Amino acid sequence: MFWWILRRLGQMAIVLFGVVSLAFLLVYAVPADPATTLAGPNASAATIASIHKQLGLDEPLWQQYLGFIGRLLTGDLGTSYVLRETPVFGRIAAALPTTLLVAVGGIIWQILLGVPAGIYAAYRRGSWVDRVITFISLIGLSAPPFWLGLLLIYYFAFTWGLFPLNGLGDPVIWFLVLPTFTLGAGGGAWYARMTRTNMIETLDSPFVRMARAKGMPEHVILWRHSFRHIAIPLITMIGLDFGYFLGGVVIVETVFGLNGIGRLAFDAISNLDTPMIVGTVLFAAIFIVVVNFIVDLLYSVIDPRVRLNS
Amino acid sequence: MTALLEVSDLVVDFPTSSDGVFHAVDRVSFTVSAGERVGIVGESGSGKSLTSQALMRLVPSPGTVSQGMVLFEGEDVMSFSPKKLQTWRGSQTAMVFQDPMSSLNPLMRIGRQITESLQVHLGLSKAESRTRAIELLQKVGIPDAESRLSDFPGAFSGGMRQRVCIAIATACAPKLLIADEPTTALDVTVQAQVLDLLDNMASELNTGVILISHDLGVISSFCDRILVMYAGRIVEQGTAEQIVGDPQHPYTKALLASILKLGEPIPRRLRSISGAPPTAGHRPAGCSFAARCASVIDTCLTIDPALVPAENTRPTNTTATSTTTTFAGTPEQLVACGVAAPAAFAISEGATAA
Repeated sequence: MFWWILRRLGQMAIVLFGVVSLAFLLVYAVPADPATTLAGPNASAATIASIHKQLGLDEPLWQQYLGFIGRLLTGDLGTSYVLRETPVFGRIAAALPTTLLVAVGGIIWQILLGVPAGIYAAYRRGSWVDRVITFISLIGLSAPPFWLGLLLIYYFAFTWGLFPLNGLGDPVIWFLVLPTFTLGAGGGAWYARMTRTNMIETLDSPFVRMARAKGMPEHVILWRHSFRHIAIPLITMIGLDFGYFLGGVVIVETVFGLNGIGRLAFDAISNLDTPMIVGTVLFAAIFIVVVNFIVDLLYSVIDPRVRLNS
Repeated sequence: MTALLEVSDLVVDFPTSSDGVFHAVDRVSFTVSAGERVGIVGESGSGKSLTSQALMRLVPSPGTVSQGMVLFEGEDVMSFSPKKLQTWRGSQTAMVFQDPMSSLNPLMRIGRQITESLQVHLGLSKAESRTRAIELLQKVGIPDAESRLSDFPGAFSGGMRQRVCIAIATACAPKLLIADEPTTALDVTVQAQVLDLLDNMASELNTGVILISHDLGVISSFCDRILVMYAGRIVEQGTAEQIVGDPQHPYTKALLASILKLGEPIPRRLRSISGAPPTAGHRPAGCSFAARCASVIDTCLTIDPALVPAENTRPTNTTATSTTTTFAGTPEQLVACGVAAPAAFAISEGATAA
């Protein structure tokens, strides 16, 4: 167990290093100059050159890279090209709570919408309820988030005034309902389908037949005997989604005017703001790697057959 | 004496791809008395497992019990409410399945899988059921029972898991135990131990046992009475002595002939019954064994034989077949074959000759 964790931490460090290096180098592969973006199309060559000097872009690439990695090891992600006064780390830290709230809310919607529906559909397989759930989940899967988000804003916020239009305010949960639902709806549909499939497979397994032959009540068969078996793929999905959401959800943040990591990353890419791009990529990678690590730990808690060996 | 279990004309249907139905179990009737051991023997697909699942109302979807009656101590199992069915299963009847590797829940501790039955059916407390579970594990021969309660099934060998399954099945002292190929997935050496254990537990609790196997050797050593199934039907039934010592149906004879005997030289090729049983939905018009039968005659291809009392004197002496013999009741040898007992054809003629 100890060695397994140590090994995993080592692997995580390597992955993060690779991701950061790749992100840094890819920005340079883009045939555009951040200085031109900053100074505008009519800037003189002298202005461009001075910006280059200011940002250190006149140095050779390897020197820039080594300097970047060196600063990174001391925890310094550099300063945004565009917003000169704020360090990248501070900007990301400021955007993180919003993203965290939206991500957690989205996950909660996915679970609430998907898991009970999937379990019920599997349990009443072939019934009209099953068919209705399968059909609704198809709609959920097909609805693009930007369309769903705008639709929700139009009816629930604009026409009926039930929820605020956009941004964040007090109480924060009130402002989060629509964006998190938009984020979770598609995933919820996906969870319902996956839960249904896994539950059907579990309910058909010999140990469930044995539990029936033992005269176990249906609720015991469903929850005590079967739920753990669908929890493993479910946790995998939740982990992946959570890591992914924390990296920023551009569409939902844009539609609902939220200043999260997704918009930060989007703006950074539009402006070729290298330190900001690399910073947001690094954070997204950290979330995914860490959540995966936690998910792997959880496997061993749920399933005694999983051993954490190095 | 009323029988513990009375099965009459049980039919299990499966829909076929061509919109028809296939009788996977076809008009099966038999009885089990209290404490009696009844064996069902037959090859894969003969419907023996389905018969047992139908008794417990555990036929897997899309199969359905379309006809027939199952009486347990005079009560109609097929009309049990879900609640009654649930309390009946596990306390009055229990089942041991073929594959102990997959019939225990891999994510639940062994102890919990035993105690939950005790709590549901006998209303024992946590502590009481735990004590009882330890006793049960000791009884089925699991060393160090107390500490093994907290193990998961993965920590047990196949034979040990089947012992655990037997402990679970016998936990509430059921009156009927159905063992569906309980030794098939086990090593030969472990098979004998598991059968002995089943034997002891059944004797101690005076449990009626239905043992299902494709192994006539296992069946004949364990059971008082044997039902031979072929293509969804019982083709012959009688006491173990009758079936082994004086088989009447050509299928039973062929099954017996395929067993190796001690003291005889081992043939270069093991003897087997050529061909395969009819596949789902392709049952021939006459006797379903006709295509593989060594003593097939023309009548076999057109007329479907019914189960009739066999003449234990050899087939030559069949003219005196009495029609007054009752179908159910005390064990007597019944056979569905016109070659061995031509009366079988006589009775069913007209009904199925189409």
